[in-house]
Amino acid sequence: MQEHLRPALVVVALSTALLGIAAPLAFVGGAQALAPHAAGGSLLTLNGKIVGSSLIGQNFTGAGYFHGRPSATTAPDPKDSSKTVPAPYNAASSSGSNLAPTSAALVSRVKADAAGNSDIPADAVTTSASGLDPDISPENAARQVARVADARHLARPAVQALVDRWTTPPLLGIFGAARVDVLRLNMAMDAASR
Amino acid sequence: MSILGWVQIVLVLALVLLAAVPLGRFIARVLGGERTFLSPMLGPVERVTFRLAGIDPTRSMGWRGYTVALLMLSAVHFLLLYAVLRAQYYLPFNPQGFTGMSPRLAFNTAVSFVTNTNWQAYAGETTLSNGAQMFGLTVHNFLSAAAGIAAAAAVSRAFRRVRGDGLGNFWADLVRITLYVLLPLAIVVTILLIALGVPQTMLGSIDVTTLEGAKQTLAIGPVAFQEAIKLLGTNGGGFFNVNSAHPFENPGVLSDIIENWSLLVIPFAMPVMFGCIAGRRRDGAALLTTMMALLLVFTGCIYAAETAGNPLLHALGVSDVMGNMEGKEVRFGQALNALFAASTTATSTGAVIAMHDSLMPLGGLVTLLLMQLGEVVPGGVGSGLYSMLVFALLAVFVAGLMVGRTPEYLGKKVQAREIKLAMLAVLILPLLILGGTAISLCTASGLGSLANAGPHGLSEMLYAWTSATANNGSAFGGLSADTPLLDYGLGIAMLFGRFAFLVPVLAIAGSLAAKPTVPPSAGTFPTDGPLFVGLLAGVILILGGLQFLPALSLGPLAEHFAMLAGKTF
Repeated sequence: MQEHLRPALVVVALSTALLGIAAPLAFVGGAQALAPHAAGGSLLTLNGKIVGSSLIGQNFTGAGYFHGRPSATTAPDPKDSSKTVPAPYNAASSSGSNLAPTSAALVSRVKADAAGNSDIPADAVTTSASGLDPDISPENAARQVARVADARHLARPAVQALVDRWTTPPLLGIFGAARVDVLRLNMAMDAASR
Repeated sequence: MSILGWVQIVLVLALVLLAAVPLGRFIARVLGGERTFLSPMLGPVERVTFRLAGIDPTRSMGWRGYTVALLMLSAVHFLLLYAVLRAQYYLPFNPQGFTGMSPRLAFNTAVSFVTNTNWQAYAGETTLSNGAQMFGLTVHNFLSAAAGIAAAAAVSRAFRRVRGDGLGNFWADLVRITLYVLLPLAIVVTILLIALGVPQTMLGSIDVTTLEGAKQTLAIGPVAFQEAIKLLGTNGGGFFNVNSAHPFENPGVLSDIIENWSLLVIPFAMPVMFGCIAGRRRDGAALLTTMMALLLVFTGCIYAAETAGNPLLHALGVSDVMGNMEGKEVRFGQALNALFAASTTATSTGAVIAMHDSLMPLGGLVTLLLMQLGEVVPGGVGSGLYSMLVFALLAVFVAGLMVGRTPEYLGKKVQAREIKLAMLAVLILPLLILGGTAISLCTASGLGSLANAGPHGLSEMLYAWTSATANNGSAFGGLSADTPLLDYGLGIAMLFGRFAFLVPVLAIAGSLAAKPTVPPSAGTFPTDGPLFVGLLAGVILILGGLQFLPALSLGPLAEHFAMLAGKTF
């Protein structure tokens, strides 16, 4: 038993120093020097101010903006900290809805959002895994073009062209799904309206 | 399902195989103490570590010595992590100012990382400081993975033709795997992930003002390095609450492919390593074939279930073209989602890119079943191989019963002692999974933890006990897991799931190592051909299926049929 105590203590101590402190800090330093944008959260700036991360979705509600997916994130209730209240796109506390496919809460939520429409793209009425999904499907974006164009008094084809500009096809045409970057599309909308 | 989806799945798995074969051979050489291309750089570090720790790599251990060493490491590391989690407020790198974990949550979390489970009863970004993530969790990700691979190496050595060599030196194995295998791979993957946008910074959070003028706080930290080893070591404890679904952990399709590759490559390298160490490459290949075939089948099942879409939502006007999107991100697509869900539960990883609680009933069933089969297709790093070898012994035992002959595996006679020990190990799973679920659901506390009603509630609790016992760590995340019942109960399940399985398996190794190798005769059942692959797959499926089918019928199967009947809960 005792013969194993020394290697156990030494190995744990050395690993903590090398793998737990030195290596992560070395990567922080190296990344800061070589890839500060990517390692720092891929932040986007507008007129010198940080307006968000290109990887993290935001809660858009205005008619002139494309809306992201419903988000199930919450925040502590200011009145009672043991409870939570809905706080869409709370990037300090990621969370999915964790509702089962047969959940009555899921069905009633989707029913309200679907509002009797048909052929709704699934991503438009379902919450994402992280609650922070930065993307929507091209079909979802296409359904919002009319609303956004009207609110901004822009021509619909011009708005659709911007949607296409911020649509990423599957990687190599094979991997993953086509997706529209909502935050950068909305920044482009603001630029087009100016 | 689409052809293009299958192309994605097959290509990613091909990339895994392409790397796993040379990697398995490399690991065998490292564990044999041979010189490799990394020796000029890492050799001095290895020698200094051996000298400081008093390790003599040439001193081979018996199974008891090997077991005691492994348990000693786990005990020491458990105590350190428990202390770190409790005292994080006083430790460096805590920009968030988080206070220490409660005793029961710290117990649960420390057990979970020592056992390579990485069950998250906590939400990373709202509970743990950057420091606790770094020198608490990240270090465990390395050492618990290395301990698993070491145990697999010890079991492999039992099948060598030379007798009396012992099972190897645990400490030398541990250090060599960490230095020559895990660290270099982690460095490469970290660099790739940072380049793709996974953050690596000492900040705790960044405040931004959104386009619409609202305040948004982005939780951030040294994510990339931990992300790399979390997947390579099949650990799975995410930096953030939603794990690899978080855009900062997994920003795009390429990062997802790298992460999925990372979590499969070492588990698939294990049977190759086994073949090299035991000197039976074809038998190693048979194990690998069984693993890959079952993984493909189960991935296909999840893919089919998820692309079918939810009929309850379809009735409300939702298109089925994208499949079931509740709890999924847009960027990955259903094929990569299915592959990740299958990979993470077929190994002991437990990282997720989709919320398993919101999978279709049959998709969720497959993830449950993959863990209940004992995580052998391909299983966790190391643990997958030694669990698979237990099934291989049971398979030749079954074949031996059919022809009335003493079974042998790789020239080692499999007798009563080995089979008793194998059953002892295998029976841990149903005892803790079914027993734990049953007891929890009889208590008010257990019922209060459930987020969903009806059969899905049963699935939630079943998933928790399955995940803990199988040392997986993924969850049906709606379950409120930070309660006294589940913190302590699942903690104990994780401990037994790891060590009550591992100790009998090492005992089997000790027993087999002491036996002479019998030369193959006309009556020897060949264990390197398609017949054995079929038999092994059958034993795994029947043993797992029969034990858990009743519980799965009451949970996901009942939910599936209720859903088809239009019922909600």
